[in-house]
Amino acid sequence: MIEIKNISKGFDGRQIVQDVSFTFHKGKTNLIIGESGCGKTTIIKLMVGLHEPDQGDIIYDGQNFPKLSTKGQQEIRKQIGMTFQGGALFDSQTLEENVMFPLDMFTDLSRHEKMDRVNFCLDRVQLTGKNKLYPAELSGGMKKRAALARAIANNPRYLFCDEPNSGLDPKTAIVIDKLIHSITQEFDITTIIITHDMNSVIEIGENIMFVHKGQNWWTGDRTQILNTNNRELFDFVFASEYMKNLFMAGKK
Amino acid sequence: MAFTPLSSIGRYFSLMFRVFSKPEKFSVYIRQIIFEINNLGISSLPIIAIISVFMGGIITIQAAFGFDNPMVPIYAVGYTTRESVILEFSPTIVCLILAGKVGSNIASEIGTMRISEQIDALEIMGINSAGYLIFPKIAGAVFIFPFLIAISMFLGLWGGYVMGISAGACSAYEYVFGIQAYFEPWKLYYAFTKVVVFAFIITSVSAYYGYYTHGGALEVGRSSTNAVVYSSILILLFSLILTNLFFNR
Repeated sequence: MIEIKNISKGFDGRQIVQDVSFTFHKGKTNLIIGESGCGKTTIIKLMVGLHEPDQGDIIYDGQNFPKLSTKGQQEIRKQIGMTFQGGALFDSQTLEENVMFPLDMFTDLSRHEKMDRVNFCLDRVQLTGKNKLYPAELSGGMKKRAALARAIANNPRYLFCDEPNSGLDPKTAIVIDKLIHSITQEFDITTIIITHDMNSVIEIGENIMFVHKGQNWWTGDRTQILNTNNRELFDFVFASEYMKNLFMAGKK
Repeated sequence: MAFTPLSSIGRYFSLMFRVFSKPEKFSVYIRQIIFEINNLGISSLPIIAIISVFMGGIITIQAAFGFDNPMVPIYAVGYTTRESVILEFSPTIVCLILAGKVGSNIASEIGTMRISEQIDALEIMGINSAGYLIFPKIAGAVFIFPFLIAISMFLGLWGGYVMGISAGACSAYEYVFGIQAYFEPWKLYYAFTKVVVFAFIITSVSAYYGYYTHGGALEVGRSSTNAVVYSSILILLFSLILTNLFFNR
């Protein structure tokens, strides 16, 4: 479980995140949703320590991350897996080497054991047999899945996914969503996903925070989101006039 | 955010502090160092070989036609070539060429890793990204550059030999006598000290510009340019300082 309490962050005098609190539950897909530029990525970067919060606490299972020493923070980070919008795969390494990288750095497994783990992770994200391909040879969807394989290679307790299905067609996006959801349940980890894809919200949104103007504007789950009275959230969910009218007609 | 020269120097030293902190796993770092020795050093060998042979030849011909006074012995051609190649051409000029080739390579590689969030990915895994990415490059270059420069010296002198004889500037005996005449071993020590310092400058300064790249492709290009420009300026500055230290004894 990860709790964030009253975190704020500003850059060059501009407040990006304001007094945000939320609890991300273990074994659930926790979603951070909101418009582009609302502060979602900043929140996730604060949580993993890429930025330091101006104020507030980020508590990983009882340990206040910003207050830990560099070594303490590194120990927490070893338990984090993260996928980035662009995949952030290492260009100079094959898929196999990318997935093996955290195992090389942090385990004393034999070469054979590491290969078993790499193959397991690649199988798990449906990239069986693609071991020797380089990131440049992968499609957008494959890159996202490869990043996911690398993120779960070292059995993380916390999984962060920054827009895991952006730029993908709806069918592939749903495949990625379902994959993340099943991995979350299979390994009983705390998963945090940033998205502005409503399909993802409806498909896997078990615990949702809607961020607006850098603030926690609404919290709930996928069943509550469609019946919200929150004006800003409603406008976000039904950005399309056509969908809005269709939904309102269905309600009547 | 604008950085003053003083804060840039501060950031450089703070980066170097991270680069030289304890590695997460020595075996991985050693593997990376071997990779960098090949990537930065061995791959530079063809360009160094070509330049050295031609420059050695050019220095010999220029020396031969400059010494038209009968009071100057012909073996001075070999002597002049040796002094030029060992003292300045191989350690300084070849390192300036390496600053262009290796420096831009390092800055663009690390800069691209920065803008494509690969460095963030390393940090989130709990890896000291500065140490993992930069230390093997510095160690690899500091190790392999002296060998490259030794090869450059040899090829420079060989180029001078071939060109000197084929152009009729001197005989083989006179050239070989010249390159052995009045040889002082400490000059090699001076040359290789310069090379080690320049190897450190090229890799660390270029890595610094790559590591602090922000933005997109345009900024990666700018970092690459800055890496070459500032490495070259620092090479010349330290060449002057080391020459003063060694020759003003």
